[in-house]
Amino acid sequence: MTAARAHGGASTLTIAGLRAAVGGKEILHGVDLQLRSGEVHAVMGPNGAGKSTLSHVLMGHPGYEVLGGSVTLDGVELLGLATFERAQAGLFLAPQDPVEVPGVPISDVLRAALVAAGRDGEAMPDTLARKMSDEAGEIGLAPAFLVRALNVDASGGEKKRIETLQLAILAPRFAVLDELDSGLDVDALRAVARRVARATAPGASGEPGLGVLAITHYRRLLEELRPDIVHVLVKGKIVASGGPDLADELERTGYAGYTDPEVAVSAIGPDPFGGLFS
Amino acid sequence: MSGPLLGSDVAAFGEGVSSSLPGPAWLVARRLEASRALAVSALPSETEEQWRYSRIDELDLGSFSPVCDPPAEPALTSGAVESFLAAVGARSGLVRCSGGFVQHVEVAESATSLGVSVTGSAGLAGRPEHLGELLAGRADALTRLADAFSPDVVVCTVPAGTRVEEPIVVVHEVGSERDGAAVFPHTLVVLGPGAVASVVEILVSGDERCLVVPLLEIELGDGARLEHTSVQQLGRGAWHLGYQASRIGRDAIMRSFLAALGGEYARQVTSSALTGDGGTSELLAVYLGDGVQTQDMRTFQEHVAPRTRSELVFKGAVADTARSVYTGLIHMHRGAKRADASQTNRNLVLSEGAHADSVPNLDIEENDVRCSHASAVGPIDSEQLFYLATRGVPPEVAERLVLLGFFDDLLARAPVPGVAAYLRAAVAERLAAGVLAAPGALSSTGRWA
Repeated sequence: MTAARAHGGASTLTIAGLRAAVGGKEILHGVDLQLRSGEVHAVMGPNGAGKSTLSHVLMGHPGYEVLGGSVTLDGVELLGLATFERAQAGLFLAPQDPVEVPGVPISDVLRAALVAAGRDGEAMPDTLARKMSDEAGEIGLAPAFLVRALNVDASGGEKKRIETLQLAILAPRFAVLDELDSGLDVDALRAVARRVARATAPGASGEPGLGVLAITHYRRLLEELRPDIVHVLVKGKIVASGGPDLADELERTGYAGYTDPEVAVSAIGPDPFGGLFS
Repeated sequence: MSGPLLGSDVAAFGEGVSSSLPGPAWLVARRLEASRALAVSALPSETEEQWRYSRIDELDLGSFSPVCDPPAEPALTSGAVESFLAAVGARSGLVRCSGGFVQHVEVAESATSLGVSVTGSAGLAGRPEHLGELLAGRADALTRLADAFSPDVVVCTVPAGTRVEEPIVVVHEVGSERDGAAVFPHTLVVLGPGAVASVVEILVSGDERCLVVPLLEIELGDGARLEHTSVQQLGRGAWHLGYQASRIGRDAIMRSFLAALGGEYARQVTSSALTGDGGTSELLAVYLGDGVQTQDMRTFQEHVAPRTRSELVFKGAVADTARSVYTGLIHMHRGAKRADASQTNRNLVLSEGAHADSVPNLDIEENDVRCSHASAVGPIDSEQLFYLATRGVPPEVAERLVLLGFFDDLLARAPVPGVAAYLRAAVAERLAAGVLAAPGALSSTGRWA
């Protein structure tokens, strides 16, 4: 991973035939998706489609059981790795509702994460503090949050700005944004979306841009963060994929056309991974 | 039922031994009185409400004997004491005790010129006012044992209207390297009306088996303000049975901070009586147990006067097969109108073999009062650990961050900044070297790999 980062090569995140269960109930029935550096993919779908399960499974939450399939980052299988190792490999999850961590300031978490990733130079207190301050300014996060315990006494919008700040500093290869737009007012939405969009552009010395998997209910976020591809997730499967127009269509017609099982089957065609893990 | 009377079977704690201890006549007389009361006392037993969940039935008093002479050699713990004193920084006074004997007293000129007195019994004209009064309500065989065998008493007196800028530090070293040494430190802090002071005490021993029964009495005059810090860093061979009692006058404010880190069995009784209208007490404690340690905390918030306020926050963590006990009583006396009390006890249980009990109690004799209590026992929140892991923080680092964070709101309230930093480092070191390094630590909380 480190070598790839140093060489600045573009990366690929490949989700293939991913099946997962919660509490013994299968929620993801074989998800296939490929995301490259600099791309923005949106995953949209109705409640209960498995959007949040997908984000948790990608990051290795212990409450979810993987039944089959694979998730690789530049060919490296992530499903066997611990959550922190997936993060170190370059995957980031901005959860829908970031948990409060009493008594632990953001700087301690970022420093620990950078040191664990061997990025000691960036973890130097002065360097990190300057970068945090710059990012907070750009994202519109009050400086008080930089010294406060992580997410404690933060509003929904502030929590998402805090997530975006961590994303900006950790600079992962791929970010899963789980309902980044929930609880955000228009200004906050614009601020975080612009920062994420900027991260998707290639760096000054040619480093590949961030790949984004934006899981969302609404088109609102996608107006700010223009997706290259929109996927429709229904009943644990991606039933349709298309360009940005698909989001507009969903806004008009809703998911009704996709929740009919026969339509879903015809939309995706034969499953190339079907039967592999059954 | 209690056990046999002490006079009949524990020769080492007999009247003859007590009367051989040195000191002024009033102290000798006080010991004599206590040793006679002791002879007809019985050790408490776990069947008594105050001693439920304790380990008092394991106490073999006959295997200990009091330290009757000042330890001659410098204590092995002097290195620890020096680093603590360096952390405290500037101070207005220092008392060093070893084996319960006051061996060194220094008071800054800036304090003595204001009439502040910090001394052992040798520096007192007579029996100090309030000595023994404050703990009278909590007296039992162990406080009598301490009264009968305490070789000296440290008395800090701050006159009315006087503000002592820097903390007064009292160091208690067990001092004796003898197996089975019993040591009885006693401290009395008296603040006159409107006086302001900070007192910091540390209690240390080596690894040898010892019995330590420290008594601390605090009297706050009307409008006085005291910050008191106790750091208990005894060795793993120590049995500690500590008693602290305070009486808070009208509009007086006390903040008491306890860090209980050491001992094999460490029990601390903390009692605060709010006897003056509008008085406030804050009772804060951090306790840690690993290995086979037991941390045993008993608290009493006694609201006697109207409009009194108390806030108690005790937080602990146990790992390995360590245990902790918290029992706390909020007692609203008749007449404590519009008194307001809160009591919070939170415990992290870090391994399957560890155990924490938390038992809040209320006794309310007055209608017009507010009381709240919160109690929690459980593992580290696995969602917090997962969240930190999504940032790339390895589990052992995440656990340490979350644990330190758990204690951080309390450590931030430690009265002396240098002591807060010292305790933060001490807790971090314990979490790194002891609690978290322990086999089986956190296994029940779902460490994912």
